[in-house]
Amino acid sequence: MASALINAPPRAKRGEIIEIKTLISHPMETGYRRTQLGALVPRDIIRLFVCTYNGTEVFRAELHPAIAANPFIVFSTVATESGTLAFQWTGDRGFSETESVAITVD
Amino acid sequence: MCVVVLAASASAGEIPRAERRSGSDFMSRETRAMQDDDTANPGMLWVLEGESLWNKKTGDAGRACAECHGDARASMKGVAARHPAFDATRGRPVTLEQRVNVCRTERQKAPPLAYESRELLALTAYLARQSRGLPIDVATDQRTQPFLDAGRATFYRRQGQLNLACSQCHDDNWGRQLAGNVVPQAHPTGYPLYRLEWQSLGSLQRRLRNCLIGIRAEPYEYGAAELVDLELFLMWRARGMTFEAPAVRP
Repeated sequence: MASALINAPPRAKRGEIIEIKTLISHPMETGYRRTQLGALVPRDIIRLFVCTYNGTEVFRAELHPAIAANPFIVFSTVATESGTLAFQWTGDRGFSETESVAITVD
Repeated sequence: MCVVVLAASASAGEIPRAERRSGSDFMSRETRAMQDDDTANPGMLWVLEGESLWNKKTGDAGRACAECHGDARASMKGVAARHPAFDATRGRPVTLEQRVNVCRTERQKAPPLAYESRELLALTAYLARQSRGLPIDVATDQRTQPFLDAGRATFYRRQGQLNLACSQCHDDNWGRQLAGNVVPQAHPTGYPLYRLEWQSLGSLQRRLRNCLIGIRAEPYEYGAAELVDLELFLMWRARGMTFEAPAVRP
């Protein structure tokens, strides 16, 4: 299953505010739906999204059942130094996905 | 003496070519922005997966799509915009989904993929992506004409408990409201597409079956001749329009 799409600028000026767009493939099953036979479909959602910039957490989001499938999260941070932006999504049923992109700051 | 004034809306007939508009023209600015940005368009998740499936060996023949067809970016350019296309061995048009499964069963010796399965949607999305920006160009010749006519007949035939034909909404009343939604012209410019309502990618046949259920008609099975012919007619009706797959629709 294709996992995640990240759109972050590969280069930025120091102090510049950069926008980061993330899209991940996930069903985000609410846990409130039932099958045709009445059995509850167990909840399967992403609970937490964290972005770290060279090891420092710069963004965190808690996700809830009302969020649609394939969550698209856009946020911004300040480009401080060259390095790595790491993204982690964790959720139900042991779901864990990581992705990282390099950024050069000059 | 009495003067009869006829209401113009009774039967507007076929949409003139210059007035044809893609479904994306009826969408909100936000949804269109989502479609146009590859990192915001959720359909690209399927395209990415399709790319890996394209290069993956499968079936008893142990061959990947790429081993015969090479780089899809070149070899598959325009292919999706030409489907449904006539298949000589079957003697009838086949959709892109059916074409993928023909290749799988005959060349790769692999089981066919189920309609609307993640793999089939991924492969067709990847193929369709290679036609983005090209004009829709289904071939119409003597061989496809009977199927095109059958599709046209389905489009104009009233059916279901509501006794509605496709044309009554999509030819005669496009641009008007159906409950909270604008009725589009039903040009299949972006399939397979990501429908926000579905929270998933889906094929044109899924959409057609949705519409059939909407008019309380019994939907044709996936891959049924009626749906393929209707698909052919709709693509012909949208000929020359820009292919947008994988599109996003509300």
